[in-house]
Amino acid sequence: MKLPAFDYACPATLAEAVALLASRDEAKALAGGQSLVPMMAFRVASPSLLVDLRKLSELRQITIDTSCVRLGAMVRWRDIEDDARLVVAHPLLKAAVSHVAHYQVRNRGTVGGSIAHADPAAEMPGIAVTCDAEIAVVGAAGSRIIRADDFFIAPLVTALAADEIVVEVRLPTWPAQRRWGFREFSRRRGDFAMAAAAVFYDVDAAGQAHNAHIGAIGVGDRPVRLTAAEAEVNGNIVDATISERAGAAASAAVDPQSDIHASSAYRKSLIGTMVERALQDASAVKAA
Amino acid sequence: MATAMPVSFEVNGKQVTVEVEPRMTLVDCLRYQLRLTGTHVGCEHGVCGACTILVDGEAVRACLMLAVQAEGCKVITIEGLSNDEALTPLQASFRRHHAVQCGFCTPGMITTAHALLSEEPDCDADRVREVLSGNICRCTGYISIVEAVLDARSAYRKPETLP
Repeated sequence: MKLPAFDYACPATLAEAVALLASRDEAKALAGGQSLVPMMAFRVASPSLLVDLRKLSELRQITIDTSCVRLGAMVRWRDIEDDARLVVAHPLLKAAVSHVAHYQVRNRGTVGGSIAHADPAAEMPGIAVTCDAEIAVVGAAGSRIIRADDFFIAPLVTALAADEIVVEVRLPTWPAQRRWGFREFSRRRGDFAMAAAAVFYDVDAAGQAHNAHIGAIGVGDRPVRLTAAEAEVNGNIVDATISERAGAAASAAVDPQSDIHASSAYRKSLIGTMVERALQDASAVKAA
Repeated sequence: MATAMPVSFEVNGKQVTVEVEPRMTLVDCLRYQLRLTGTHVGCEHGVCGACTILVDGEAVRACLMLAVQAEGCKVITIEGLSNDEALTPLQASFRRHHAVQCGFCTPGMITTAHALLSEEPDCDADRVREVLSGNICRCTGYISIVEAVLDARSAYRKPETLP
């Protein structure tokens, strides 16, 4: 249906945007609008004021330095897709983002918008949690860094205060030899994941895995690391048996909700398969 | 609250200024204020692709963009793809392949395919299917649409320079 009425502002500076958000109850930042506008069309969200961030070009940069890959909040899926540096600098991010939404949405949807929206079935929050990302935010009280693990609280609920804006997502540097895999299952390409797994680990000289990170998307009220599955991987050479064991541990570790798209039992089984296949991909992949 | 505000942008090569409430989506502005009814409205929440237009050369869903956000942008709608009565090669290809039945999804299919072919004139059938996965057609079964898009690729390729 048509959107509920709201006021609109399009500030030229971040400071102005923060002041506008703080000026009014129920004010909301507008990034790409690809989640917020549908929510308003469903009247699930009725902000009093939309603060459009589109003029804040400083939030559109992808910066790769020695400590991390920095994604500005207004970086679009399209920008990640087009950035050839990320094939080496963060292949897991690139693979995950290839599953985000459809062509037209990818031209407007943003990293910061997805993070702030916090859909439990969305890829970007899942990658942030899996990769120990730091989320930089700015608000009326100043700036702060929130660890991804502390940021996502419940479906569509985050640690962000009402006057805070996500400005940057920082993913720690990706070693060239790191093994990784990303698997997602949805009925139609671009739709939300019924379940998805993001995995990576490092390999020592003897071929044994360590530093395993296994993240699950779409099987809980927020993206989570599956430490029981990681424990199956660490210290072992990842092969079909280890992948299967980790998949079984992943299934056992989650308690997904049933909804119109899939039952709880189906999702529980599916995440095991996704983790198993992602680990098989990881063990097969030579460094990018 | 929410009084109308003036917005200026370019539509199909013409500069326009309209007064819109912030709540008005770009697709409603195009249809109701600018009378460009070639762009269709299906789901109004960004899943059907019927309202696809080009904003600064990129395909976007016009139901997920506010009219006030179009300030300073170059918008092209289905009406802007052919300059006169003649069909463009892409439109002619849709006709040739019977890629149209009821026609509701067609403007969105054509604008999406135009954006794709303008950037990737050598795309393969998988890529066409992937890109069109965001546009719903309830009549054709998509096969004729994919064939029409593939067949129109040659019209988007730069003419080869002869040796």
